[in-house]
Amino acid sequence: MTVKDIIEKLQLECLNEANLDAEVSGAYASDLLSDVMGNARSGQVWVTMQTHKNVTAIASLRDLPAVIIVRGGVPDQDMLDHAKDEDICILVSQEPTFQVCGKLYEILK
Amino acid sequence: MHYTFEIERGNFTDAGQASSSVKRTLKHLGVAPANIKRTVVALFEAEINAIAHAYGGTIDVDIDDEKIVMVVADTGPGIPNLDLAMQEGWSTASPEVREMGYGAGMGLPNIKKNTDDLKIESTVGVGTTVTMTVFFA
Repeated sequence: MTVKDIIEKLQLECLNEANLDAEVSGAYASDLLSDVMGNARSGQVWVTMQTHKNVTAIASLRDLPAVIIVRGGVPDQDMLDHAKDEDICILVSQEPTFQVCGKLYEILK
Repeated sequence: MHYTFEIERGNFTDAGQASSSVKRTLKHLGVAPANIKRTVVALFEAEINAIAHAYGGTIDVDIDDEKIVMVVADTGPGIPNLDLAMQEGWSTASPEVREMGYGAGMGLPNIKKNTDDLKIESTVGVGTTVTMTVFFA
């Protein structure tokens, strides 16, 4: 399953195209940044409602190819700029975390 | 190899720059991914702690063939009770910091878990120095 496949299957809006062909190993859902920092695994997509620049810093440091922002959240401009610099795919779903994770679980399990 | 980075109070926008730069260097040196991961988790958390709690500080990084030593020294309020601070879930972070998704009391435990040696020296009203070592072998 690639980032591109996930965009299509979950009908996500893509705000920064990057890592589209990257293989996704799983997903991690959390709004606590230290939780993600300490427990996410490389290759996972990160599901969160946080929309500031530290999200892309952590995604880059932990080699997470994509971030899915839930419930139509709008990322800060400096987060998008940073995502471009660091090659992190920024995706938006209109659905809340539970629904997004349920769908991800179905396609990634 | 020696690197120095500055930490500015409350400047979350640039958080992670030191970690990011160290990650690039370690990758370039061919350090094993698992050790790079441990290093960046610890350094990022220490960086965030200093940004969130201190008045300013510096990060000094020394890398040789066997290890990386990272010293995060700040001037700030210090840590009155280190045992409490090391407890998972304990935090004195402000509401603004918590809103960003920090302040869950996971920072210092994350640092402990990911380093081979951790030394914290703190004087209330003066500041805190965190020395973290990760061995590559």
